[in-house]
Amino acid sequence: MLKEMVPVSVDNLVKETAGLKIAGYRFVTLSCAAIDKDHFDILYHFDLGLDLKHLRLTVSGDTKIPSISPVYFAAFLVENEIQDLFGIFFEGLVIDYRGTLFLEKMIHTPFCKYTVQASQSKTNGSQPLSGSPDLKEES
Amino acid sequence: MLKTVIPFGPQHPVFPEPIHLTLTVEDEIIKQALPALGFVHRGLETLVDKSDFHQMVQVVERVCGICSMIHAMCYCQAIEEIMAIQVPQRARYLRVIWSELSRIHSHLLWLGLFADSFGFENLFMQFWKIREKVMDIHEATTGNRVIVSVNAVGGVRRDMSSEQLQWIQSQLANVKQEVARLGPTLLEDYTIKKRTVGKGIVSRDKAYELGLVGPTLRASGIAQDVRMLGYAAFNELDFEPVLGTDGDCYARSKVRFQEVFQSIDLIGQAIRKIPGGEVQVTVKGRPEGETVTRVEQPRGELLYYIKADGSKNLDRLRIRTPTFANIPALVTMLPGHWLSDVPVIVLSIDPCISCTER
Repeated sequence: MLKEMVPVSVDNLVKETAGLKIAGYRFVTLSCAAIDKDHFDILYHFDLGLDLKHLRLTVSGDTKIPSISPVYFAAFLVENEIQDLFGIFFEGLVIDYRGTLFLEKMIHTPFCKYTVQASQSKTNGSQPLSGSPDLKEES
Repeated sequence: MLKTVIPFGPQHPVFPEPIHLTLTVEDEIIKQALPALGFVHRGLETLVDKSDFHQMVQVVERVCGICSMIHAMCYCQAIEEIMAIQVPQRARYLRVIWSELSRIHSHLLWLGLFADSFGFENLFMQFWKIREKVMDIHEATTGNRVIVSVNAVGGVRRDMSSEQLQWIQSQLANVKQEVARLGPTLLEDYTIKKRTVGKGIVSRDKAYELGLVGPTLRASGIAQDVRMLGYAAFNELDFEPVLGTDGDCYARSKVRFQEVFQSIDLIGQAIRKIPGGEVQVTVKGRPEGETVTRVEQPRGELLYYIKADGSKNLDRLRIRTPTFANIPALVTMLPGHWLSDVPVIVLSIDPCISCTER
């Protein structure tokens, strides 16, 4: 079962994550699971010497979550994946595919059992990496 | 200088599977690389809604052909942890044997593809010829060459006779001899070193910061190997992670090359120590709870997150494959290199798109 589980909120997520980086934790990944019609659990997994530590963020579907990719660069890929599959939005992504990581055009959120937020998926504010024509076309 | 954007992939001779890179170059020097996925994404994780937790073993086996057995082992370990199932000791050893066989044939496959990426066709054929011996072992012990399907929740579906175990040892002795014969070519050939030394360097600190896994991480000098957790029967076997220091394409190929011998040694240890007894226990009840399980795939750390609510179908299955963890490194590895180095550098992380597009 999951040990070392720390509940976090949107307000202290980045601070907690930065603290883990200073403490020497390696970023592992994020896991997202729907709790009910309106709420999701996002688990942030970190590793130090093969011991896992998890942060649990419980949010409603319309919450804009601060991206931890400015702290852990590698998080951009999985945050984009969650954006594609669940329709949850991350603010401040260092590379934002705007819902096009898996699809050329964002149509719907296939992993989201309860809600479809296609129209909002295109309105996430951050910019894609410059010099990327594929992404600019979608903007 | 004028910037040019070059789409690299998804169809490219060097890629066995589709992945795309948007490369921004000045002259022929890469300034920026942006990966794109999703060309063959299957959404296998969502099948938990349709298949019960026993049937999902067969689903996760199909995430990847190369490390099919290890996907199933990771999944089964997660369910066994949630349901507090004690797997028979013999089954744990058999899991070690089959998973290390997977590692050997995966590394031999990659060594061949890597040679192919810089045009060394003969070396490519030699590695793949040796790999056939491992595939023969798979076929003889499981009935299949690729999707071996030996895992089940509570143990393994098949046992091995003492004659089969002895035969495996003799086959692997041949594999060891033949792979060793290719060592000087792979590691000392002037042309190969010219194409791999100093290419795609990831420093020790950067590798850790990027969350890299497997041989890609160890080639940068970090002794992180999930087998050290002691899952299956690894806690009863002696081994040390194979490490590199330079973090370049050459170091990554050397680590994988040496890990072939490490896996042969681990199988030898497992065969000598394997106890008798049952290989599977009867599973009663349904899983309830959540857990995270990790195992060491040929490409690195594989993570399964499972959430179960006590029904026959899992509530959530999340698979983080090692290639998914290594892809962000391409964004930092490629800039500054020649366009002609891209195939070698991308191949050096051993990308498995089948895993990534689970």
